[in-house]
Amino acid sequence: MELSGNDWSGEAGGSPDVPPRREHLVVIGNGMAGCRAVEELLARDPDRYRVTIFGAEPHVNYNRIMLSPVLAGEKAFEDIILNGHDWYRDHGIELVTSDPVISIDRQARSVMAASGRTVSYDRLLIATGSDPFIIPVPGHKLDGVISFRDMADVDRMLAAADVGGDAVVIGGGLLGLEAAHGLTLRGMKVTVLHIMPTLMERQLDEAAGWLLKTALEARGQTILTGADTDEILGETHVEGVRLKDGTLIPASLVVMAVGIRPNVRLAREAGLAIGRGVHVDDHMVTSDPAVLAVGECVEHDGNVYGLVAPLWDMCRALADGLVEKPSGYRGSVTSTKLKVAGLDVFSAGDFSGGDGAEDIVLRDAARGVYKRVVVKDDRIVGAVLYGDTADGGWYFDLLKRQADIAELRDVLIFGQAFASGGGQADPKSAVAALSDTAEICGCNGVSKGMVVSCIAKGAKSLDAVRAGCKASASCGSCTGLVETLLALTLGDDVEAGPRTMCKCTSFGHDDVRREIVAQGMRSTPEVMQRLHWLTPDGCASCRPALNYYLLCALPGEYIDDQQSRFVNERMHANIQKDGTYSVVPRMWGGITNPRELRAIADVVEKYDAPMVKVTGGQRLDIFGIRKEDLPAVWADLNAAGMVSGHAYGKSLRTVKTCVGSEWCRFGTQDSTGLGVKIERMTWGSWMPHKFKIAVSGCPRNCAEATIKDFGVVCVDSGYELSVGGNGGIKVRATDFLCKVATEAEAMHYCAAFVQLYREEARYLERTAPWIERVGVDYIKARIADDAEGRDALAARFLFSQSFSQEDPWAQRVADDARQHAHMAEFRPEGGMA
Amino acid sequence: MIADWLDIGWLDQIPVRGSRTVPVAGGEEIAVFRTGDNQVFALVNRCPHKGGPLSQGIVHGHSVACPLHNWNIALATGSAQGEDKGCTPVVPVKVVSGRVLICRASALQAAA
Ligand SMILES: Cc1cc2nc3c(=O)[nH]c(=O)nc-3n(C[C@H](O)[C@H](O)[C@H](O)COP(=O)(O)OP(=O)(O)OC[C@H]3O[C@@H](n4cnc5c(N)ncnc54)[C@H](O)[C@@H]3O)c2cc1C
Ligand code: SF4
Ligand code: FES
Repeated sequence: MELSGNDWSGEAGGSPDVPPRREHLVVIGNGMAGCRAVEELLARDPDRYRVTIFGAEPHVNYNRIMLSPVLAGEKAFEDIILNGHDWYRDHGIELVTSDPVISIDRQARSVMAASGRTVSYDRLLIATGSDPFIIPVPGHKLDGVISFRDMADVDRMLAAADVGGDAVVIGGGLLGLEAAHGLTLRGMKVTVLHIMPTLMERQLDEAAGWLLKTALEARGQTILTGADTDEILGETHVEGVRLKDGTLIPASLVVMAVGIRPNVRLAREAGLAIGRGVHVDDHMVTSDPAVLAVGECVEHDGNVYGLVAPLWDMCRALADGLVEKPSGYRGSVTSTKLKVAGLDVFSAGDFSGGDGAEDIVLRDAARGVYKRVVVKDDRIVGAVLYGDTADGGWYFDLLKRQADIAELRDVLIFGQAFASGGGQADPKSAVAALSDTAEICGCNGVSKGMVVSCIAKGAKSLDAVRAGCKASASCGSCTGLVETLLALTLGDDVEAGPRTMCKCTSFGHDDVRREIVAQGMRSTPEVMQRLHWLTPDGCASCRPALNYYLLCALPGEYIDDQQSRFVNERMHANIQKDGTYSVVPRMWGGITNPRELRAIADVVEKYDAPMVKVTGGQRLDIFGIRKEDLPAVWADLNAAGMVSGHAYGKSLRTVKTCVGSEWCRFGTQDSTGLGVKIERMTWGSWMPHKFKIAVSGCPRNCAEATIKDFGVVCVDSGYELSVGGNGGIKVRATDFLCKVATEAEAMHYCAAFVQLYREEARYLERTAPWIERVGVDYIKARIADDAEGRDALAARFLFSQSFSQEDPWAQRVADDARQHAHMAEFRPEGGMA
Repeated sequence: MIADWLDIGWLDQIPVRGSRTVPVAGGEEIAVFRTGDNQVFALVNRCPHKGGPLSQGIVHGHSVACPLHNWNIALATGSAQGEDKGCTPVVPVKVVSGRVLICRASALQAAA
């Protein structure tokens, strides 16, 4: 039967001279899903329905996901057309463009478009896609604020790029990054604002997100994470963006790509059942049997989808249903292969794991590769790949088939080629089979033959190999191979190396520190990537240590990770056995006054603190404060001029003093005054462990300076300095360091010693075990004998102090007391509060 | 009709690798955790060892280390890991359109 689209007026009924009446299928939405559904239908039964498609856009059906290449200049609009005018014509489909449907009349079974045109249907298909979400910040309606959804948006971006200048993209998800990439290629200076801490947090885990950010920055974009937009500035046209923290970014174009919302307006007004999207059953039928829906605008079994792959499944089920061979849609597992700015990223399934899930992680820093496969009960449940996504399809296939990977497990992470080629057997034999010239360590260019001969020359441990031939001494990614070679060559003679930092890494504390300094690393995810951490985000023992090593290595530059700090440092108070906190305000050198005492007394009363106690370090400790009251307690103490005593931290705690020459008949020097000065110099400094100082005015030593981490005993001729003492489980008296003549020298040596400890002790190692490990002679050589080194250490300490001497209490009260408040309260009778 | 799920706020209100608390009148506090990969879990805020407030621990992977004596508790099951034995009740939780919802019945049970 020959049909031309124009033969069909669209009105129901018909005159006697038209062919026998076919059911009329009207489609609202000329996008990816609407047209695909029609294609599927035509493939099954080309004569079954007469089809009319309404499109709001002026175009024929094009491939929306190729808008990014159009923006980037890699493709023209003609290249992304899916079905041209001839397709509509050849299939007798009437296409109505630039005329959105504005209402559906389910009683009359007709739709009306904006032009007033009314068309009746037997079956209606809603495929209206999604609307971009626009954050209603002030200025969002200004000229120059656009979304990234259709060809018109691309045209607007191209026009803006022709003029050049600054662009801001709000949203660091796939769409935002593609917009940013396109605009960058078009010559604009682009800043991406993302509210979450890492980019594309829905598809990527933190590690992959971090890699992506680093790579994009290297391409010239500015990426601000944790950036909350406050206002878009401008009179009539966009001039800039202001963030909640006050940052101002100039911009002549703002692209909002913060998310999409199923476009359900028509369906809702027509009274169809709606959740987040139009409710459909397994055959894509809505709550009205005559109305179907497909694509991004639907909700199936509680899920809405924002990718095309699931749409294909839906369209198949829909077409099967329309030709009365119902198959049924069962939901989709999605995978995303992204081409963000030419960077390869892949994610599939549930990479967040959950109960009983295990992570298999591979990091290859030299190649910029990160792979993580999540396995549960010997089945793959999710995967994230960055940098090398070649095996994405393979993992996704194993995932969809729910294949048993028990056999493959050891080699799974190396990918399909390795797993299917010999690797499936014993990984040891794969290494044994390597030729002597095969490269083992890429960083240092060490071949298998070199490693084996190094072992043959007596290297019996990983460390010895690292020292002997440099294999595995840089990025460490070949550590596994070197270990296998050791095992192959020596059998049981392999010596275990020094203990690693924790189970998350094959490196020891000292190696990690050395690498952090050598590579100038600034953040925890960076360390974990470059040093091949075996877990996605570390554990409770390595995380605080890394955070400390970073802050010590690059004060002022490192990125602090609050969540990697132990609770005391996060809450700036001591957690006690019942979960309440105790609070110790700083009393410089142990001195106080009526105003401070009164403020402390008031706090005790006001917050019902059950006890106040004088601590071993001569400070007052207020017990039993509830977490949510901490900010108020601090504010009250701050008001009386007191700051945090850091009695909770791996940091300088107290400087204990005696009364000294000012009052004591034996005192030789002003021990109290010196103690106050030392405390003013050292407070606020984070350390590997807690650190205590004391100053006694004469050898009677009332301040017990010889069991402190750093002790000063004043004598007639000057100051005796000693180090490495502590009370604690095993009491240790200090080792004598040296004697100095002046207060200034005493303070200088103190600063140098503290810095040496900060830079060289392992996290959670107090000065006593550290000094026993390295020997007191070493300390003397560095502090007493090496004037130049001493000056440099002291200078580094003071530099670092310029960043840390801010009262954490005041800071917290000012910027984020939220950590302390409950999220919500639930009263079974009264409901929520 | 009583909703089965209680809306307790925006996901963004919980720091990544951190947690927030929800006290239940007459009952036990609930700790709601958010992991590094943006999963959300909820447990009664009490360590099976000596009752430490789990909400204050370090969250790593899908576990939390109790702030008092460093037991590791699996967020999904509430059970202590490794050599340690014990279990904290789990409260079902889900995130819908950026809002965090906890199971009303379990919250009430935690209160009992
Ligand atoms: C720039 C960009 C890049 C993308 N990249 C990818 C990718 O790499 N991979 C991937 O899987 N997905 C990607 N997507 C998502 C993908 O494009 C969508 O999932 C898909 O287009 C959804 O199909 P749909 O038919 O439901 O909606 P759409 O394709 O949006 O089609 C809906 C159509 O309905 C029209 N319409 C709406 N209301 C009316 C009305 N009342 N009357 C008439 N017409 C109406 C709209 O104008 C639109 O043309 C991308 C999306 C964008 C915008
Ligand atoms: S240490 Fe000496 S100066 Fe200080 S109080 Fe004791 S006796 Fe007096
Ligand atoms: S109370 Fe949690 S570990 Fe002891």
